[in-house]
Amino acid sequence: MSTAVFTDRQAISRPSTLRERLDLSRRMTFIAAIVVVLLVGLLLSFIAWNGIQLFIRASVPLLSILSPDWAPSTDQFGILPFILGTIGVMVVAAIIATPLSVGLALFIAEVAPTWARNIIRPAMEIFVGIPSVVYGWLGLTILVPFLRTNFNVVGFNLGFSWFAGSLVLALMVLPTIASISYDALIAVPGDLRQASLALGTTRWQTLRHMLLRAASTGIMTAVVLGMMRAAGEALAVQMVIGNRPVVPTSLTQPITTLTSQITLDMGNTVGGSAWNDALWTMGLVLLVMSLGFVSLVRYLGRRSQLS
Amino acid sequence: MNRSLLADRIATITLWAIALFVVALLAGIIIHFLWASIGTLSIDFLTSDPSDFGVGGIGPLLWNSVYMLVLTLILTVPLGILGGIYMAEYARPSRITNTIRFCQELISSVPSIVVGLFGLALFVNATGWGFTAMAGALALTVFNLPLMARLVEQAIRAVPDDERQASLALGASKWTTITHVVLPIAIPGLVTAVILSAGRIFGEAAALIFTAGLATPTNYDFSNLNIFDSRSPWSPFRSTTTLAVYIWKINSEGLGSFVREIADASAAVLVIMVLFFNLAARAFGRFLQYRTSGV
Repeated sequence: MSTAVFTDRQAISRPSTLRERLDLSRRMTFIAAIVVVLLVGLLLSFIAWNGIQLFIRASVPLLSILSPDWAPSTDQFGILPFILGTIGVMVVAAIIATPLSVGLALFIAEVAPTWARNIIRPAMEIFVGIPSVVYGWLGLTILVPFLRTNFNVVGFNLGFSWFAGSLVLALMVLPTIASISYDALIAVPGDLRQASLALGTTRWQTLRHMLLRAASTGIMTAVVLGMMRAAGEALAVQMVIGNRPVVPTSLTQPITTLTSQITLDMGNTVGGSAWNDALWTMGLVLLVMSLGFVSLVRYLGRRSQLS
Repeated sequence: MNRSLLADRIATITLWAIALFVVALLAGIIIHFLWASIGTLSIDFLTSDPSDFGVGGIGPLLWNSVYMLVLTLILTVPLGILGGIYMAEYARPSRITNTIRFCQELISSVPSIVVGLFGLALFVNATGWGFTAMAGALALTVFNLPLMARLVEQAIRAVPDDERQASLALGASKWTTITHVVLPIAIPGLVTAVILSAGRIFGEAAALIFTAGLATPTNYDFSNLNIFDSRSPWSPFRSTTTLAVYIWKINSEGLGSFVREIADASAAVLVIMVLFFNLAARAFGRFLQYRTSGV
């Protein structure tokens, strides 16, 4: 393995000399770069080891965690409500955020005059930088009371709910999806745009039929990355979602997610207890989900390279 | 009017409306916090201890946030810059390079709460340190290191090859070329990388709850310079609740009747810091660009 660093499959010139092999600066920087691999190894093994203790130490049957019943006091550790809650909150957030984000990306890439672009692009960066507790606090003090008072009229009993969680998340992932979609849009060669316009299409026809289609893989990547961020977000969601461990059936219902349950219960449970082990198992589930997302992003990246 | 022209008109108006809406939303958030913190936010609020009976202050928490930021940067910046140099200048397509790249992507995608759990298992329990600033800073390093390395790599890759070739042609070694030619040109990018990750570290909370602790700090004695004394505010081995964690803590515990005022003003401080980091990154990058290249 270690020789692989020095071999170069695309070598144009010559094999590396002994002096280059002993190059100290190369070694030093290599060690710094490899630290991340070490960290990933440690992280995977620690989370995996603690995550399987529920089945080993507490000898809870493996498949019983897929039940909808979460009642740690009576040894029922069904984490299905949390998994479905995470997926539900994430999907609804993506449904709300995607049209706005892609619209915004189209605006910056194609429609905006320079002055508008000069306002929106820095604004996006600030948007991304606002800490998640601030979004959570905003949701708690502004959004939840707003939903509670204003939607009663149309028959919805909203407040702490699935919908509130998704709305806060949509706000948080909007700039992520917008800026990555923007990168995908401007990567589309200008020739295509001009060819399309030269056929006499309007700007909207060009955007819709050519540009969005040409950038579709990139936009999908953006949406996946946004969903990944939404699934992993903890504090903001925990503050507005209501934290009720039930299988989500309605947007108006208080539900919970993997992240918010870990946040809430980790400090209240004793390490080594089955309840505590179940929280680590939820952490492992989150880790497996992010592995899935990374693989999906990689797959989309390869696909866009091929085309 | 022609139907497709009408559709084009409607689309343009819609896109403008979306952009206006998003910008108004951001402006609204910033103005809301500035407005809500009027009357609370003062020098006294920023410097005094938290109180159970009144609005109190956030002095120790602000100190902890800055302390945590500096400690994390000390751990992240050298490793991140060296790692970025390797990936930009030395790495060739190989299995190890691919592995590093994959690990960087993976860590940036792991939820920060999971990084917090990892920190709890390794830096809090396995080391026996308990909830400490060091454990928190190491957890923050876990997901800031790959980010920093990626940003540094991009900054270094953006340096034109002519510069390297000119230096090598003069007989400079590869390392001399990197330290004396490539890095000085890449400095604006490096500074931006550091400031952007600083903003992220400052606002992070989920990864710190289980690593740096939740104790409300009071009575810091700054004359105690013994960094191994867990009562000293200079010590990395003490429980270190940061401002972002504090906002979450006070409203999850629901203590005191001034939660709203304290959290609004604290959130305003965080938002102002984010604005500051962002503007500083831009201004400093532009300034250094001017200094080094004169453009």
